[in-house]
Amino acid sequence: MNADQLDHIFRALADPTRRRIIDRLREQPDQSLFQICAASVAEDGKAISRQAVTQHLDMLEKSGLIRVTWSGRTKIHSLDLKPLREAVEIWLARHLQEGNGR
Amino acid sequence: MKIYVMSVLVDDQSKALEFYTKTLGFVAKHDMPIGGEDRWLTVVSPEDPGGTELLLEPSGHPAAKPFKDALVKDGIPAASFKVDDVDAEFKRLRDLGVRFTTEPMDAGTVRMAVFDDTCGNLVQIIEMIEK
Repeated sequence: MNADQLDHIFRALADPTRRRIIDRLREQPDQSLFQICAASVAEDGKAISRQAVTQHLDMLEKSGLIRVTWSGRTKIHSLDLKPLREAVEIWLARHLQEGNGR
Repeated sequence: MKIYVMSVLVDDQSKALEFYTKTLGFVAKHDMPIGGEDRWLTVVSPEDPGGTELLLEPSGHPAAKPFKDALVKDGIPAASFKVDDVDAEFKRLRDLGVRFTTEPMDAGTVRMAVFDDTCGNLVQIIEMIEK
């Protein structure tokens, strides 16, 4: 994993809506954009616009945190935690080791 | 003013009539030639034969395909129908070979599911939930 990929991942995580989408996909994988929007209303009544979700999903897909499959001609999204684990290992973990800092 | 007809753009009217009547259970109401191969083809719910008609409209217009494809890609239904029991309807339709993109799920005040109408559209079924 290079520095650019690391940037993409932390940038993808640096937004509450994208973290919310990640939370939703963790509970329920294999969701279409429509389903993610519908579930966001059900969750707490705070709907996210389809346009906003489209952009957030693009960014999550670019970061590698979301894997896309197709159900017929419908785009289906699932989480892929592998890049996140790598990012943790190569950067975060170093700082979290016991004895370092406070 | 009343809403008497709403349309879905279908790839093939004969195939659509088959699916919307034999599979979904609607009833044909009007079927008239309107030029060329195209028909004025509507169906109604047997629970409300005098109610709003659904026009199975030919999708020959050049804008229809990109529009329909974009909706399908994002999983967005072109029409939404109300049922008493989404889970029962899901099982019935699935057993008839209908392909669902969204299995029954709660979405606030409704329970819903989304399936492929075989004519280029996704269709939503909803059940109102008492809360």
